[in-house]
Amino acid sequence: MPDGNLGADPADGPVRVVLGLLPSELTPREAALLAELEALGREVARAKSEIAALQADDITASQIPAATDELDAVVAHTAAATNEILDSCEALEGLRPRLPEEAASVLSDAVTRIYEACSFQDITGQRIGKVVTALKTIERRVAAATHAFGCPGAGEAASPPRTEGEALASGPQLPASAASQQDIDRLLASFE
Amino acid sequence: MPMDKNISVLIVDDYKTMLRIIRNLLKQLDFNNVEEATDGQEALAKLRAGNFGLVISDWNMQPMTGLDLLKEVRGDQRLKDTPFIMVTAESKTENVVAAKQAGVSNYIVKPFNAETLRDKIEKVLGHA
Repeated sequence: MPDGNLGADPADGPVRVVLGLLPSELTPREAALLAELEALGREVARAKSEIAALQADDITASQIPAATDELDAVVAHTAAATNEILDSCEALEGLRPRLPEEAASVLSDAVTRIYEACSFQDITGQRIGKVVTALKTIERRVAAATHAFGCPGAGEAASPPRTEGEALASGPQLPASAASQQDIDRLLASFE
Repeated sequence: MPMDKNISVLIVDDYKTMLRIIRNLLKQLDFNNVEEATDGQEALAKLRAGNFGLVISDWNMQPMTGLDLLKEVRGDQRLKDTPFIMVTAESKTENVVAAKQAGVSNYIVKPFNAETLRDKIEKVLGHA
């Protein structure tokens, strides 16, 4: 009975079981089945070597953590810069009582617009948080795939949401699909 | 009757910058009696210990979200009538519906402006 080129890989096990069941004289159908099994075995071996070439351990041990650290640093830097801007705004607001009424009003409006604009830091922080979550999901899945092919580093499952509030918390939508304040006002009014 | 701006306002957000922005915007609206909390649990403890006339809360916080805080507030005999505005980047319909069903007084989507904040506060305090 032909043995093909199957090695000692655990993935070859099912192929070997089937081979053991085949008679020594193969019918055309059995030969075709054997050829398919051998091809499958080669595909599994190729997938394993490709996963090894990916250096999945490096991805989960260094590249993704480094990427998330960089993103955390972006959030920290923007938070620090935003706080500097807010410090300056509060200093400017402190001058209002000493200014003529018209100038105080102009200053107040300008400071309000800066406060409004500074909320970018919250939105970008949440968006970056979503990217970090996605990277961590990729990290877990790479680890799980590596483990499934007999390599070390099993992936851990993400914790399920504990409450409705957590289940629905998904952060900012992309601008193209996000509801506006007017959309939300209309939706709330529909309950009245 | 003019809006009572001496009420205590509790703002809840896990982003310190956002707390600062909302506090400053409230100050411009002459609300000077403002306290802060950085998650739902801390907010609930402050609400139970104090006497607040308005809660302005983010949604996405750990360990207790804004929605969970809202449910706790509405389920508390002493706190259940406290006006509660959700200020959040969560803009999906299911979020707004869940908040409304939980008893939210109004809902502001981030990023927002001072005019929207003032408008919603006036509405929930009954002076629109």
